[in-house]
Amino acid sequence: MSKLSILTKGILKENPVFVLLLGMCPTLGTTTSAINGLGMGLATTFVLMLSNVVISAIAGYVPAKVRIPSFIVVIASFVTILQFVMQAYTPGLYETLGLFIPLIVVNCIVLGRAEAFASKNSVYDSFLDGVGIGLGFTAALTVLGLVRELLGSASAFGIKFINGDGILVFILAPGAFIALGYLLVLFNKLKTKIK
Amino acid sequence: MARESTLKNMVLTLASITLLASTLLGGVYVLTKSPIDAAKVAKINSAISKVVPEFDNDPSSDKFIKELNGKKYTVYPAKRMDDIVGYAVESFTTGGFGGRIVLMVGFNADGTINNTSVLSHTETPGLGDKMVEGKSDFSVQFQGKSPENYKLLVKKDGGDVDAITASTITSRAFCDAVTAAWEVYKLCVDQNIKKEGQDE
Repeated sequence: MSKLSILTKGILKENPVFVLLLGMCPTLGTTTSAINGLGMGLATTFVLMLSNVVISAIAGYVPAKVRIPSFIVVIASFVTILQFVMQAYTPGLYETLGLFIPLIVVNCIVLGRAEAFASKNSVYDSFLDGVGIGLGFTAALTVLGLVRELLGSASAFGIKFINGDGILVFILAPGAFIALGYLLVLFNKLKTKIK
Repeated sequence: MARESTLKNMVLTLASITLLASTLLGGVYVLTKSPIDAAKVAKINSAISKVVPEFDNDPSSDKFIKELNGKKYTVYPAKRMDDIVGYAVESFTTGGFGGRIVLMVGFNADGTINNTSVLSHTETPGLGDKMVEGKSDFSVQFQGKSPENYKLLVKKDGGDVDAITASTITSRAFCDAVTAAWEVYKLCVDQNIKKEGQDE
């Protein structure tokens, strides 16, 4: 597999949200606005990138039976570091994402990439994979957030362009499922066309 | 590829990984502690300056704790030339739709509400979060009102407050927190009158 395709496969071919349908909890929970989706995506990308690198570096020394606990410790450490840094330098974003930041630890995308890719591939490839999957996740969350924000509060990236309220249901939980469902249809239609 | 899963190997690996991780976390904690504290203080300070009249002291260093019905509230007095021009009361309620709501409620010296500011909440975006200043006119209606003759209840409950459409629970909780702040404010004023009496 070429280096470029490792990087780009996460964005389209193996997009974690639209194709693999992984990490649904933060996907549905945080995408009430485009900014929130983007922030959550970037936070996950940060963790994914670093945890992939470290896990692929230590995978050779870790006995198979304690593989998962070791990986979880690595991932959890990076999430906690991220939490401290966000609290210190972006308190506003930290407050909106709040609960979902610690939940990155149990995001199946992160552990999934550690198991399926990082533990079997070189450090550099794992880094690219982490960035690629992370960007795919970020793109998906931003698009979903943007759609929900457009329909739900008639604004885009926090900028209001129509006075008044949008269709409230899109801000609430059911709207997340509805919007995600239609986006899935669109994305897969687009994907088969490209093929 | 991986080492053999003997007990010794497993214990050693896990021990060293957790040791490294905790060292790293400790380091980051120490590094970010002061910026985190600074960010918290900055947030409180900006909320205070939003809700009380102009002041020239440092309310966060003059703060004191008041107890009301077994709950503790932090009060930040705002002074100009050593005269109290208002109080900012950090009030909270657990009755919100999403749980806890923390408010900063500012009172003028004459007992009217100057302004309110939401410190933290978990209300529904697009519905309950309209109580946050600037997102709708809900919080504006409290400005300049004295709870003495302004009933801090939503109209549905026989009060004077216009509730946020489709967010009566949030509106009730908001009123609840403002009422608590008002009670705390009265305690502060009573105490001041007593103190002045003793001085004379």
